Amino acid sequence: MENREDAQKLIEQVLRRCAPQHAEAMLVAADSSLTRFANNAIHQNVHERDTTLYLRLLDGKRLGRSSSNRLDSTGLDELVARARLFAKASREDADFPGFVSDAKYQSVASFDPAAAACSPQQRATRVSVVCRLAAEKALNASGAYSTGWEVTALGNTNGVFAYHAASRVDYQAVVMSDDSSGHVESSGWRLDDIPVEALGGEAIRKAELGRKPRKIEPGEYPVLLDPYATSDMLENLDFHGMGAMTVQEGRSWMNGRLGERAMDSRVSIWDDGYNLEGNPLPFDYEGTPKQKVDIVRQGVVVGPVYDRRTAQKDGVESSGHTLPSKHRQFSPAATHMFMQPGDSSLEDMLHSLMHGLYITRFWYTRLVHPRDCVVTGMTRDGVFMVEDGELAYAVKNLRFTQSYVQALAEIDAIGRETRLLVESYYNIASRVPALQLKRFNFTGSTV
Amino acid sequence: MNDLMSRALNLAGLRGAQYADIRVVENHTESVVIKDGGVNNLSNEETAGFGVRLLVDGYWGFASSRELAAGEVERVTALAVEIARASAVAGGERVELGLPVSSQGVYQTPFQVDPFSVSLEDKIALLLSADAEMGRVAGIRTRIGNLCSIREHRWFANSEGALTEQTIIESGGGIQATAVAGGEVQVRSYPNAFVRQQVTGGWEAVLSWNIPRNAYRIASEAVALLTADPCPSDTITDLILGGAQLGLQVHESCGHPIELDRVFGSEAAYAGTSFLTPEKLNSFQYGSPQVNLTADSIRPLGLGTFGWDDEGVPAQSTPIVRQGLFVGYLMSRESAARLGMQSNGCMRASGWNRIPLVRMTNVSLEPGEWDLDDLISDTERGIYMETNRSWSIDDKRYNFQFGTEIGYEIKNGRLGRMLRNPTYTGITPEFWNSCDAVCSEKSWNMWGTPNCGKGQPSQIAHTGHGAAPARFRNVRVGVLK
Repeated sequence: MENREDAQKLIEQVLRRCAPQHAEAMLVAADSSLTRFANNAIHQNVHERDTTLYLRLLDGKRLGRSSSNRLDSTGLDELVARARLFAKASREDADFPGFVSDAKYQSVASFDPAAAACSPQQRATRVSVVCRLAAEKALNASGAYSTGWEVTALGNTNGVFAYHAASRVDYQAVVMSDDSSGHVESSGWRLDDIPVEALGGEAIRKAELGRKPRKIEPGEYPVLLDPYATSDMLENLDFHGMGAMTVQEGRSWMNGRLGERAMDSRVSIWDDGYNLEGNPLPFDYEGTPKQKVDIVRQGVVVGPVYDRRTAQKDGVESSGHTLPSKHRQFSPAATHMFMQPGDSSLEDMLHSLMHGLYITRFWYTRLVHPRDCVVTGMTRDGVFMVEDGELAYAVKNLRFTQSYVQALAEIDAIGRETRLLVESYYNIASRVPALQLKRFNFTGSTV
Repeated sequence: MNDLMSRALNLAGLRGAQYADIRVVENHTESVVIKDGGVNNLSNEETAGFGVRLLVDGYWGFASSRELAAGEVERVTALAVEIARASAVAGGERVELGLPVSSQGVYQTPFQVDPFSVSLEDKIALLLSADAEMGRVAGIRTRIGNLCSIREHRWFANSEGALTEQTIIESGGGIQATAVAGGEVQVRSYPNAFVRQQVTGGWEAVLSWNIPRNAYRIASEAVALLTADPCPSDTITDLILGGAQLGLQVHESCGHPIELDRVFGSEAAYAGTSFLTPEKLNSFQYGSPQVNLTADSIRPLGLGTFGWDDEGVPAQSTPIVRQGLFVGYLMSRESAARLGMQSNGCMRASGWNRIPLVRMTNVSLEPGEWDLDDLISDTERGIYMETNRSWSIDDKRYNFQFGTEIGYEIKNGRLGRMLRNPTYTGITPEFWNSCDAVCSEKSWNMWGTPNCGKGQPSQIAHTGHGAAPARFRNVRVGVLK
């Protein structure tokens, strides 16, 4: 693993080559392994190791970017030459806010050696438990268990240097019968954060309960959502409106709602890159130290998260929410979200639901209309009709088309347990509870 | 290069692998992004590395690294063997690959003008010209344009004697105008949704799209959409889809369900499974007799066009649906062997650090005989929709709902008023069986989808979809709230 000294040395080698121009170099190194299973057997089992340098070089007011994972002397020379060439070809960017200076970084200890060093044999042994348990019940288990570490380091010609090493563990399983399925998912940074063997039982139970699903009429139903569905709501609200750029461009659900009570008073959502119960990273991808940001407080829309460019435009400080280079066009965004838990157990919420649907997770959700965050998507891996506080029968998957803002405005109960879930492509983490909502609009059903 | 690849294959054999392959990939991506009259991003990204995939006692292992050096090749190969041995812990059927693959040769994407030979100044000028045109339209809030050039050099060798070398060139780009007023946000893109059409080929493809010449039109449409009538709510009507939207419809409702690894459950936990189970092959009426779908990796411009797939299987063409009958899958060596068939070359990895998965190549709707004007004239009442804005489909690929950027009412055989926020929904086989007309070669185009997600860890594939406008009868439209 690249330690602090190695990372700093490499970044300094790059920055020295950039002189006399100002520049910022970021190093992302990762060693990750993933054991994937299907049909109660391991069918894909992979490992990767990579270290990439991302360079932004400023020629006057013109910015060029380059990246490379070739780290020898020639590779570094070419990395800098390409950024310089691109800066020269660019146009002056009068709104460029400059690189970070005088930053103070708070270290966060989110590295577990056991997670970083987890062996293929350990992963295989753990996932084989759910495969065996599913097979014993004539069910079919699929999923993935990944472990590894990531180093993120950033330096610039203003003398800033930031470094963070983190471990990472993710587990997900779907257990299926011929006509049902159950799902479980959890993320963390300690190997012991995820009781892989025990979690498999949750998916098996759902698959058993979900047999013989009935088709029901679409329409408006009260719903009880597992944390997996809650996290989808936060991710869509984030992607389509929690970043300052979406607000500045008038396409956020926050537009027209800033300072207003838009959600139930028990809804509080914030971003915290330091919390060890999340997936911590104490600075963003332009080196700004993370601020803890209230996004929705007691139902009132407080405001978006910022990067340096959007902050300059609004005359505020960046909150440290720039995304990685490959996702920069969507930046900024909240990447370490938390939702305030309530005081109800899942059983309490189920028993209090007289007529409604208990939903495991949402699938393939896409924005239909931005200003109310109207989203369409499907239910998946366990939908149940609840009658008089009991699971009455399993239900075939449904399509919904629903404003997530309005859905969070009418809440019956919030779960007291939370789960950390990390979206795999954009790496957006959210620790969220189960939710009981007064109404949710289903617009279709599937075969 | 060959020495390092041979070293990996030899070591794999010595350590007990019954099959091994190694891929070395160098990818170079150049991006130009213009936003609201300024250069938003000018970047140049390079990544290179290798991956070793092997079978030990019938179980897979894969390891990869950026560092192409003898010692690292040995470490990674040994690790891949260790991983494969661990894969056996859970048991299950041993992998069979069928007949050996020993392809040899060199392939390069045909092009007239290397996109990397075009100066950054010329690329910026093209986008700024389009940006200025969009800027002439009052009421546009955000203007964006981008160009993307990719050169990927791939080497492949396996323990059965295959040795191939390929250079794939992709060129892409587009523009988008966003208008905002009141509670409405309206977007128009050109030539394709999400600011990007993309093809295998050179700069000549980008020039052929005439991006600046279409900029004023799409910006005007975005503004007009703000006050256009909404799409009729929850109505059954006839629907004509434009080619780009139909390309994505093919991608989601045909391309994914014909992936044979999905059918066998490999993606059950993530991307999902498929309703097109093996007993339906050659017996299931997927669509109407007008529906003919083909998967190929040989058509010019397709993002799925190459010389060999990432198992060394040669590029080829496979009938998928003929006169509505489901007749073919996208296959790998392993999945094809389970059906007693041979791979049709659809294994593709998104980079050096990922294993190949069964992926779409170019899955296309074959052209019909209609002229678009005649098709509209032949439609008494309906809606024409084009350019995707949102897409969603269930995990078996049955129930879908799409939204497009723009729609037009069709009344008495003529295009009428513009409609905002159009959506339509359906069940895949019912929808394709309702297709009664497909337009001809004249309006057929190869569309690119450079953002197809699948796999754990996540992989993004670039796929091609040829399509011309087509008509579907009695479709449910206007599902917004």
